Amino acid sequence: MIKANSYTFKILRYDAKEPERGPRFATYRIKVIPGLTVLAVLIRIRDEIDGTLSFRCSCRSAVCGSCAMVINGKIDLACRTQVAIFDTDTIILEPLPNFEVLRDLVVDLTPFWQMYEKIQPYLIRESPVPEKEILQSEAERGRIDQFVNCILCACCYGACPVLAREPDYIGPAAAAKLERFVLDSRDERSAGALDAVNDEKGVWACDTLFRCIDACPKDVRPTDAIVGLRKAMVKNRFQKMLGKTKDEA
Amino acid sequence: MPLQPVSRRHDRPAPACFSADITGHVLLNTLYERAVAKGVKIYPEWFVTSLCIEEGQCHGVVALDIRTGELIPVRAKATFFGTGGYGRVYQHSTNALINTGSGIGMAYAAGAPLKDMEFVQFHPTCLIGTSILMTEACRGEGGYLFNNQGERFMQRYVPTAMELAPRDIVSRCIQTEINEGRGFDHPLGKYIQLDLRHLGGKKIIERLPGIRNICIDFIGIDPIIEPIPIMPCQHYSMGGIDVDKRCASDIRGFYAGGECSCVSVHGGNRLGGNSLLDTIVFGKLAAQAIAEDLEGGGALPDEKPLLKLKDEVEQKLGRLATPGRGKAYRIQAELGTVLDEKVGIFRTRKEMEQALQKIAGLKEEYRNVGVSSTARHMNFELINALELEYMLEVAHTITLGALLREESRGAHFRTDFKTRNDRDWLKHTIAKIGPNGEPVISFKDVTITRYQPMERKY
Repeated sequence: MIKANSYTFKILRYDAKEPERGPRFATYRIKVIPGLTVLAVLIRIRDEIDGTLSFRCSCRSAVCGSCAMVINGKIDLACRTQVAIFDTDTIILEPLPNFEVLRDLVVDLTPFWQMYEKIQPYLIRESPVPEKEILQSEAERGRIDQFVNCILCACCYGACPVLAREPDYIGPAAAAKLERFVLDSRDERSAGALDAVNDEKGVWACDTLFRCIDACPKDVRPTDAIVGLRKAMVKNRFQKMLGKTKDEA
Repeated sequence: MPLQPVSRRHDRPAPACFSADITGHVLLNTLYERAVAKGVKIYPEWFVTSLCIEEGQCHGVVALDIRTGELIPVRAKATFFGTGGYGRVYQHSTNALINTGSGIGMAYAAGAPLKDMEFVQFHPTCLIGTSILMTEACRGEGGYLFNNQGERFMQRYVPTAMELAPRDIVSRCIQTEINEGRGFDHPLGKYIQLDLRHLGGKKIIERLPGIRNICIDFIGIDPIIEPIPIMPCQHYSMGGIDVDKRCASDIRGFYAGGECSCVSVHGGNRLGGNSLLDTIVFGKLAAQAIAEDLEGGGALPDEKPLLKLKDEVEQKLGRLATPGRGKAYRIQAELGTVLDEKVGIFRTRKEMEQALQKIAGLKEEYRNVGVSSTARHMNFELINALELEYMLEVAHTITLGALLREESRGAHFRTDFKTRNDRDWLKHTIAKIGPNGEPVISFKDVTITRYQPMERKY
């Protein structure tokens, strides 16, 4: 018979509507059987011990991206993290960094979505809309594969050391989204569409420390996107100097 | 988006399109991207608490802004629900935690009719504990099912199709094995083994990478080395808000699409891939219908019933915010267990009568529910409590429909009425809230067009 082990959960609590109380750790003791995830325990704590605990969740299977947080110092999704993988019986949970905390583990994702919208995160076409779908070869699809996998959980945004000092930086997820469309064989955005991120708050701000890659629960590599976008910008610049537009090249 | 047709045969139209093993994810992202492109106004983290219907006309909704805790009446000429299925009224479901069916319960409570609620699909292979779906591809690629005797038991039930028999049949076989003591024991529940090991590591990594990751992350098992512990769980809600093929309900100005609706394209048992049809095809048809109906202005919604409804919700929130009373999660857990056990894969009159009694008792207990904090912002315990009221109604209509339907059809299986009975039961059940708050069931004829109903044989 598999037996339950006793764990201590320390959760950083804070309510932006009661700033005078300040942030503090609340401690919960709970028995956990192997196979249980951090999210399952969070739900049990809210149900059985403390109904005031706030955290987001929905799919509980690592596709919706709602439950990103810091788990024993590492950014990950609470739903896909087994309690038993840690070499300790104390689990410390903190809200995602680089965001304002609204309540407990719930952060204000507004800046994340602002950056997402800034890069025009949708297929742009100049040609007339065809009757049927626009076909794509497997090789063409392969180029955007990893970026299509992004679940917009903001783990990378929370892990980014540049965002910690420069809140206006576009961030890894938005860059990855932009590259997803720039590399898409069906997208016809102009070279000028990259201008929005072609500055010191855009892709040039990245320190290429790869923390975003480390934090991504879906094996997306936002740094690849940033490097790719930088190359495209340099290429565009040379072509401009030679008097060519993207369409002629 | 890069959707590939499934069928490689060119002599007939492809039955479905897919995008690797993340079709839903790709559809969801594309939809959101198009919404951003079109500048659609989105209200993130607003929870609709109630639907406003008066004298056959929908006037809009009352919503709770989860972030601020503010209650907001939303007046609308047309209201469309795409609120998902009711999987979470069952304890074990492959659905997301937010698929409580509260949208369906809300429509019902406001007076909209629900159709065929008793048709609930169970998926045979779901990971124990989290109930995450282990897709059909596991068996499609050649996975075996074993009981605790080391027997490939499908041989006894459907020797021709073995593990590849349809969902409802495989679910019943697995449940029978577990019920008759041939399952394995685990603190998370009794299970059957889904064994992929004979496929070899290379094939598992190439063809089922998502499944392998889920097993490692969510149960700590590598399917290359160990069999996957699975059990059947609730998977899809065939029933829902009764709408026509334009997604319009019989309430003026109220529409529904996707899993929360029942257009009746799935009958009693949805086929693989058709949930996408429900969202993509009917999402578009609903949009067209709404545009048509609003041509020339549409009916003017009234503010008065909305403000009255807002006051009612305000009072409800006040009642719920009285600390030291019953806990919603406990009622929800009991509801889930009773549906799993008594309105699940196998159904009998006796058990469903017990379930009805239990649900009535839980409804009574619900009147005493309270939440821990009076703060309304980011209060997820409060939202759970609000949803539970609707879950109880949904569970009530499922059970009543299943009790009345004295036959077995599609996913609805009665051990006391094992065969399909087209003479008496080739009809829809319609559940409507009665004057005393109890559901009243009526019946509606089935529209049969090109294909005559036939018995399924193997």
